[in-house]
Amino acid sequence: MINFTLNGKATSIDANASMPLLWVLRDELQMTGTKYGCGMGLCGACTVHMDGQPIRACSMPISAVAGKAITTIEGLDPDANHPVQKAWMEHKVPQCGYCQSGQIMSAAALLENNQNPSDEEIDNFMQGNICRCGTYPRIKAAIKTAAKFVEVK
Amino acid sequence: MTQLTNCSRRSFLKGMGVTSGALVIGATIPSFSPIMAAAANYTLNLFVSLDTDGTVNIICHRSEMGQGIRTGLPQVLADEMEADWERVNIVQGLANEEYGSQNTDGSRSIRHFYQTMRKMGASARAMLAQAAADQWQVPVSEVVAAAHKVTHKVSGKTMGYGDLAVAASKLNMPADDQVKLKDKSEFKYIGKDLTIVDLPDMLVGDTTFGQDVQLPGMLVASIVRSPVIGANVKSFDEAAAKSFKGVTQVIKMPERQFPVGFNSLPGVAVLAKNTWAAQQGAKLLNVQWTDHDNAKHDSSDYLKALEEKVAGKGKVQRSAGDAYAALASSSKTLTAKYTVPYLAHAPMEPPAATATFIDGAVEIWACTQTPQSTQNTVAQVLGIDKSKVKVNVTLLGGGFGRKSKPDFSVEAALLARETGKPVKVVWSREDDIQQCYFHAISAQRFEAGLDENGQVTSWIQRTAFPSISWTFNGQADEPSGGELSLGFADVPFEVANLSCETHKANAHTRIGWVRSVSNIQHAFARGSFVDEVAVAANVAPHKMWHQLIGSDRKVDPKSQGFEFSNYGESLDTFPIDTKRLKAVLDLVVDKSGADKATAENEGWGISVHRSFVSYVAVAVKVNIANNKVTVMEMHSAIDAGTVVNPDRVKSQQEGSMIFGLSLALMGEISFKDGRVQQSNYHDYPVARINQTPAKIETYIISSDAPAGGVGEPGTPPVAAALTNAIFRAGGQRIRDLPINKHMQV
Ligand code: FES
Ligand code: FES
Repeated sequence: MINFTLNGKATSIDANASMPLLWVLRDELQMTGTKYGCGMGLCGACTVHMDGQPIRACSMPISAVAGKAITTIEGLDPDANHPVQKAWMEHKVPQCGYCQSGQIMSAAALLENNQNPSDEEIDNFMQGNICRCGTYPRIKAAIKTAAKFVEVK
Repeated sequence: MTQLTNCSRRSFLKGMGVTSGALVIGATIPSFSPIMAAAANYTLNLFVSLDTDGTVNIICHRSEMGQGIRTGLPQVLADEMEADWERVNIVQGLANEEYGSQNTDGSRSIRHFYQTMRKMGASARAMLAQAAADQWQVPVSEVVAAAHKVTHKVSGKTMGYGDLAVAASKLNMPADDQVKLKDKSEFKYIGKDLTIVDLPDMLVGDTTFGQDVQLPGMLVASIVRSPVIGANVKSFDEAAAKSFKGVTQVIKMPERQFPVGFNSLPGVAVLAKNTWAAQQGAKLLNVQWTDHDNAKHDSSDYLKALEEKVAGKGKVQRSAGDAYAALASSSKTLTAKYTVPYLAHAPMEPPAATATFIDGAVEIWACTQTPQSTQNTVAQVLGIDKSKVKVNVTLLGGGFGRKSKPDFSVEAALLARETGKPVKVVWSREDDIQQCYFHAISAQRFEAGLDENGQVTSWIQRTAFPSISWTFNGQADEPSGGELSLGFADVPFEVANLSCETHKANAHTRIGWVRSVSNIQHAFARGSFVDEVAVAANVAPHKMWHQLIGSDRKVDPKSQGFEFSNYGESLDTFPIDTKRLKAVLDLVVDKSGADKATAENEGWGISVHRSFVSYVAVAVKVNIANNKVTVMEMHSAIDAGTVVNPDRVKSQQEGSMIFGLSLALMGEISFKDGRVQQSNYHDYPVARINQTPAKIETYIISSDAPAGGVGEPGTPPVAAALTNAIFRAGGQRIRDLPINKHMQV
C-alpha cells in the first residue's frame, strides 16, 4: 500500500511499486487530466507537481511518491482561477488541448519560482513541453500575462 | 447501451466571455450520443434540436482535433438560427451518412458545410417563426425570430424559443429553395472570434480524448506489430508476457495480405488490467517475424535511386510549348534537385480506440477523423452489417491525417469480439512513430532556361515518390493525379515552355497523407527553385515570383493536358486566381519587411503557394551564427475567402507554420532492413518552444469568396521560405531536408 496526498486528499493505492505515477493516476484512479505523450520524459504531457516541483509522471515510479503531495491539473484550481488558467483563457492558447494540462502545470511551476520570467527563461523552463499543434507563441504571451496576474494578486 | 464512466461535461454550453468564466447551462445529457439527446428534446432538423428550457442542441458531425470545428460550424448555425450562443449545447455526432461526409481531412469542414449550416440554422429560425405565428394566429410576415425569441411586430408579444420547441418540431422543414438566409450585415457570430467551446474544460483537465476513455471491466491492449510491412508473426513468448502481473491475455492478431488499406497489422496483443502492465508485458513477447522482401528496404539507397530517376526525362503530365528546345536555346540554364524524407504525423495523442462487442454489435469510442470509414472498415473486417457498428468520436489530441486511418479501431473491435470484454487499444509513442502511414519520401528535379534579359523561357519539373494509392491497391507504382494536383502539375506560372514530369516508384511501407500531403515536397522544391532562379537572374525573389506568376488570370492546367482535381472543387467556384496569389505575397512582404536589408548574418526568405483552394505566403527571418540557425520571425498571409472565426484561422496559421518548421528543421523517418529507425521524440524531434520565434504574425485577407481550406495551406510554403532565408543569411543552399543534416538547429 502506498500513501500520498493527491490534490489535497489522502490517497492510498495498491499497485506494482514500479508502475509510474502517470498510470496510477489515469488507470487506477481514473484521473485522465494528466496525459500520456511519450512515456520517456521527453514531451511533458504528463507534468504534475510533487511537493510543489514539476515532475514527469510517466517517469516517476509510484514507490517514489510515497509520503509526497501531488497536484494534478484537476487540483490546480478546479474553478480555473489560477493566474495561468486565466491567462490561457485570455490568449485562447489551446488548439487540440492534449498537451495543455502539462503546459499549464509547467507554467504554474515556472511562475511559482520566478514571478517575472524573461523570454529566455520561459524558453528554458518550457522546452520540455512539446505542443505538436504549435501553440508556443500564445504560451509565451500567456505566461507574461499570467505573471502580471500574479503581481496584482 | 454502455455508459462511459468518465463521461465529461464537455458537451455543455460554455460562456464565450473571457471575464465571466464558464457558464454551464443544461442538465444531464451525456455528451456522446445525439440519440439520447433526441429523446429529451425536439428535433427541428438533422443538425438542431431544442429543449423546452430553451437549450439549443447543435450537432457537430466533424471531428475536433484542434482546428476549432466544434465551435466554427455551430457558430454558423447558431447565427442563422438567431440562437443565443450562451444557450447552445454542442453534441458530437455519431457516424451517420445522413450528415454527409464526416471525413475530417482535406481542410474542408467549413468549405463543404458553411452553406449547409447556414441553411439548417435559417430553417430552424423559420420553423420557430411559423410556430409562433400559428399560435398567435397572425401572418408569419408579422413576426420576427431573433435573439432566441419570436416577437409579434404588431402587438409586441414574444415567445421564447424553448416555449416554441414542441410546436416547431411538428412543422415541416421549409423547402430548400424557400430558406431565407441572413444578409451578411446581420451576422452576429460569423466572422467573430468566439472562444472554442472546449477551452474551459481543457483548463481543468476535464476533457475526453481517445486515450482517456474508460469503461467498466475494460482491458487495455498493447500490440507488438509487424515492423516490416508484409511480414507475419512466426513465434512469440506468451508465457513471458503473461508473467507480468496484471496481464490477462495474449492474442495473436490476424495475418494480412496486401493491400494494407485500413486493416490492422499482423502482430501480438497483450491485454491487461492497466496500460502499464500491457506495455510491460508486450516488451517481454520476443516476437519473431517471417521474412518479406520489404525487409530489404533502405531509405537512403531508395532515395538515391529516386534521385537518379528524376535526372532523366519522365512521363509528361502537363506541358506547354517546347521546354527542351527553349532550354537548348536559352542563354543561361539552371538545375537543382531537392529531396524530402519520410515523415510521421506524431500527433501529441497517439492513436487509441475502445470497443465493446455485445450481441453481435460493436460500439467504438475513438479519436478518429473519419467515423464513417471507421464504421465501414470495422463492419467489413468483422463481417457484420454496418448498422451493427456504432462509432462515437472523442476529442482528438491532434490528427494531421494519422487519425483518418481507422486501423486502430479495427484492432479494438477485433479484440473486443475475441475477449467478450471492453478493450481499449493504446498505441504507444513508439507504435505511433514506427507504424505510421508515412508521408512519402521524394526527389524533385527542376530545370530552368533564362534569356539574356533574365526572363524565364523554359521550366521543367520532375518528381518521384511512392504513391498513397499503393496503400489501397497494392499495385500503384506512380503518383496519382490527385497527388500531382497537390502543388505539382498545378504550377501557376506564366512560362511559355513548360514540362511537368513524373517517374515510377514502388512503395515499401504504408504511405499516407500528412498535413498538406504532397504539397510538402512540391512546394519546398518549387519555392526553393524560384529563389535560385532569382539569384541567377540577379533580381529580388519577390520580383522573380511576380515575373513567374505573371499576369492576372485564372490558370487552367487542363488546357495544357493535366486533369487537375482542384481539391474536389470546380475551377469556376475555386479558380487558380493569380491575382489572389500575388496579393498574399505582396501583403506578407509589405507587413514583414522581408524586402528590407538585414544585418550580415541575417536573412529573409519568402515563398507562396496555393493549396486546398486557399492562398498562403510566408516570410521567415533567420540568424546564423557558428553554423547554427535561429528562426527570428515568421509571418504568413492567408486568403481563404470567407472566414468564420478569424482567431481560429490565426491559430491554424501559427500551428501550420510551426508544423512546417518542425519538418524542415528536423523531420526525418528513415528505414534500414525494412524497419523504421526512429522511435520517440528524442530521435524524431518536433519543434520545441525554444526553437520557435515569439514573433509569429498572421495576416488574413477576408472576402466574400467561398470559404477555402485553413488547416493545411499554411504548411507548404514554410520549408522553402526557411531554407531561402538561410541562404540569404549567408548559409548554404539546402536542397535536402531536414536542415539539421547540414547545420545545427
Ligand atoms: S508522457 Fe511523460 S514526458 Fe511525455
Ligand atoms: S494544443 Fe495540441 S498538442 Fe498542444
